Amino acid sequence: MNQMQNFTKGLLASNPTLVLLLGMCPTLGVTTSAINGMGMGLATTFVLVASNVVIALIKNLIPDKVRIPSFIVVIASFVTIVDLVMAGFAPALHAQLGLFIPLIVVNCIVLGRAEAFASKNGVLSSLIDGLGMGIGFTLALMVLGSIRELLGSGAVFGIKLIAGDAILVFVLAPGAFIALGYLIALVNKIRKA
Amino acid sequence: MEYIIIIISAIFVNNIVFAQFLGICPFLGVSNKLSTSVGMGGAVIFVMTLATLVTYLIYQFILVPLGLGFLQTISYILVIAALVQMVEIILKKVSPALYQALGIFLPLITTNCAVLGVAILVIQKKYNLVESILFTMATAAGFLLALVIFAGIREHLDLMGVPKGMRGIPIALIVAGLLSLAFMGFAGLV
Repeated sequence: MNQMQNFTKGLLASNPTLVLLLGMCPTLGVTTSAINGMGMGLATTFVLVASNVVIALIKNLIPDKVRIPSFIVVIASFVTIVDLVMAGFAPALHAQLGLFIPLIVVNCIVLGRAEAFASKNGVLSSLIDGLGMGIGFTLALMVLGSIRELLGSGAVFGIKLIAGDAILVFVLAPGAFIALGYLIALVNKIRKA
Repeated sequence: MEYIIIIISAIFVNNIVFAQFLGICPFLGVSNKLSTSVGMGGAVIFVMTLATLVTYLIYQFILVPLGLGFLQTISYILVIAALVQMVEIILKKVSPALYQALGIFLPLITTNCAVLGVAILVIQKKYNLVESILFTMATAAGFLLALVIFAGIREHLDLMGVPKGMRGIPIALIVAGLLSLAFMGFAGLV
């Protein structure tokens, strides 16, 4: 597979969130606004790229039997780095995302790519794969965040677009499920057309 | 009184699935049949309580005295993964009947973010040991409740004439949204 295809597969054709339906918890939990969605997406992208590269580098050193625990330790280390860096440089965003930062560890997308791709492929391919998947995840979160922010508070990225009252329920918990449900249905429709 | 508030708020008001968005993967994955959802819920109550107990003790008596708080994420995930394995092995030996009932759900629980999430939450909320255990059991009971309600609805949903594009996950998410709306009604309780 050429590297371009390797990169673009994560964007739509096998988008980790909207098509493979992985990583649902952060998708629903942090998309109250476009900026939160983007922040979470970028944090996950960093962990995904870094852990993919490291795992591709050390894959021959790890005995097959303890491969999953080893992957988890690598991933958890990068998550800790993201957690501390965000707490230091973007405390407001860190407070908003809260519990979902340490929970990147158990995001199925990250471990899924480590097991399904990085443990079988070279460093460069793994890097590009991680980047594509991460950007696909970020895009999905940003789109969902924008939709919810627009419907729920009439703004996108904090810029007011619709004057007057908005449908508050979309920034609350039920709106997350409903908006994601329709978004996935729409993506299904586009993919089959 | 304080304990009752913790329990009610963890089960209904801040329901782990409908308000906190944790454990969505097993929630969507094993909620097709009522019987499997009860098994999964039972396994989660058991593992979550045990995991919180162990991680709480590790945090208070190892990580804090040594000033290693930043290792929380790494140590917790390893402890939880090891714990699940151990529970599986012990159950197989000690209680084959229980193992039969919970067995297939145990490996799935390692990737259940609700377990790690709750273990971290009780530290963030600064609960003491008793409060932590109560909170964890109530949260897990809330998970069981959400799973059972949802499975009951989904069994009926299979027989309905859902539009083609909405079948499967999309309609399930919308049902979850409506349930979440219903759970918001509990907000005035505490």
